[in-house]
Amino acid sequence: MSDPTVADTRRLNSKPQDLTDAYGPPSNFLEIDVYDPQTIGVGRNRFTTYEVRMQTNLPIFKLKDSVVRRRYSDFEWLKNELERDSKIVVPPLPGKALKRQLPFRGDEGIFEDSFIEERRVGLEQFINRLAGHPLAQNERCLHMFLQDESIDRNYIPGKV
Amino acid sequence: MSFFSFGQSAEIDIVLKDAETRKRVEHKTEDGKKDKYFLLYDGETVSGNVNVTLKNPGKRLEHQGIKMEFIGQIELYYDRGNHHEFVSLVKDLARPGELTQSQAFDFEFTHVEKPYESYTGQNVKLRYFLRATVSRRLNDISKEMDIVVHTLSTYPELNSSIKMEVGIEDCLHIEFEYNKSKYHLKDVIVGKIYFLLVRLKIRHMEIDIIKRETTGTGPNVYHENDTIAKYEIMDGAPVRGESIPIRLFLAGYEMTPTMRDINKKYSVRYYLNLVLIDEEERRYFKQQEITLWRKGDIVKKSMSHQAAIASQRFKGSSSAEKALAQAQAKEQ
Repeated sequence: MSDPTVADTRRLNSKPQDLTDAYGPPSNFLEIDVYDPQTIGVGRNRFTTYEVRMQTNLPIFKLKDSVVRRRYSDFEWLKNELERDSKIVVPPLPGKALKRQLPFRGDEGIFEDSFIEERRVGLEQFINRLAGHPLAQNERCLHMFLQDESIDRNYIPGKV
Repeated sequence: MSFFSFGQSAEIDIVLKDAETRKRVEHKTEDGKKDKYFLLYDGETVSGNVNVTLKNPGKRLEHQGIKMEFIGQIELYYDRGNHHEFVSLVKDLARPGELTQSQAFDFEFTHVEKPYESYTGQNVKLRYFLRATVSRRLNDISKEMDIVVHTLSTYPELNSSIKMEVGIEDCLHIEFEYNKSKYHLKDVIVGKIYFLLVRLKIRHMEIDIIKRETTGTGPNVYHENDTIAKYEIMDGAPVRGESIPIRLFLAGYEMTPTMRDINKKYSVRYYLNLVLIDEEERRYFKQQEITLWRKGDIVKKSMSHQAAIASQRFKGSSSAEKALAQAQAKEQ
């Protein structure tokens, strides 16, 4: 017999949580590491690649654990593909550092250790932010970037 | 006012009958300040008197008539020139003549219809006021007194809960439930959010109350959104099977009843916005309209209860107690 002048604020009935759901691993595990920078080549044709390792339990990704090697221009390619094909706001990449590529510098330019580390951190943040986006996960270019051995620039853009 | 330093002028003062006992409520003015005004309801008689006080006691005041008006009007801020009057009543207080001394005039508008609630919004204003005018050849003397009208409702017969399953395919599925679809202004929103599938990294969840004021018609419709409240209901990452309770007390927020298409000029509607924010500041939301209504403060006892009280005066106490208990049981 509840008092009609005082509102009933009792919680609504809900199913008790299943213990396997409560204590099981969460189904949103997604971690991407960008590490092990290696500078390949000599002289003017040098470039740096990074190892990109993805571990996940999201069913949308074919492989639960994948490792690939990517360079900065591959990240740029991915950004451009997504900006063109999807409606999402793509997070920013670390800078292109054009000034560092000019001649007559005192240091190693873009192959300077501190710069490579700065770039590595920026690329890791970029790819983690992007891969977690539900709309980006639908794009084939993202899956190809993360899980295919090499990027086929002549691929047909589309959704997964 | 009069440009001539000689000649007579007067001050007008409008006094409502039972001004001491009548309730006053706070109402926002256009510039955001809050003032207190007398509160009236639909159907109530508006009566009182007007005091015309001569400024120069010796001189006489010639006039073309004294009248009292009760006006209800809608003012759209972008179209100030056109006031839309939906209530307009006039009572003549004095025929053209002259006043030799300060005088008081009684007025009464019986059972005045006040169909809409007073509202001061972002782009529109609905107000009721009394205006006393002493007409003169060159310039009138007038005085306006604003009053506030509240529209009251009773508990709706049909008040179903809102229950829905929404989400992003294969990514986030939730079921949300709110205990009612119509809430009064001092009510409590009781609800829950049940997580069916969580493949996102959620950081927290909040519920917002949004007020949407719509003015204009056809191609010139303009919506003004205002977030009245933001209330965090969950901090941290949920997993499948978790149920998050909602308990949001409306009395703490300044809101009006839902107003639909008032005189075909404007609407004020309220929405509950459920917002989930993930680790990367991405926001996912679901908006749902609710109806707000104003409950009367006056507690009306039921007829059977009143009859039971009356019988207490004439019969013995035990039978009166039984009658009261029966009346109370019927009310539940």
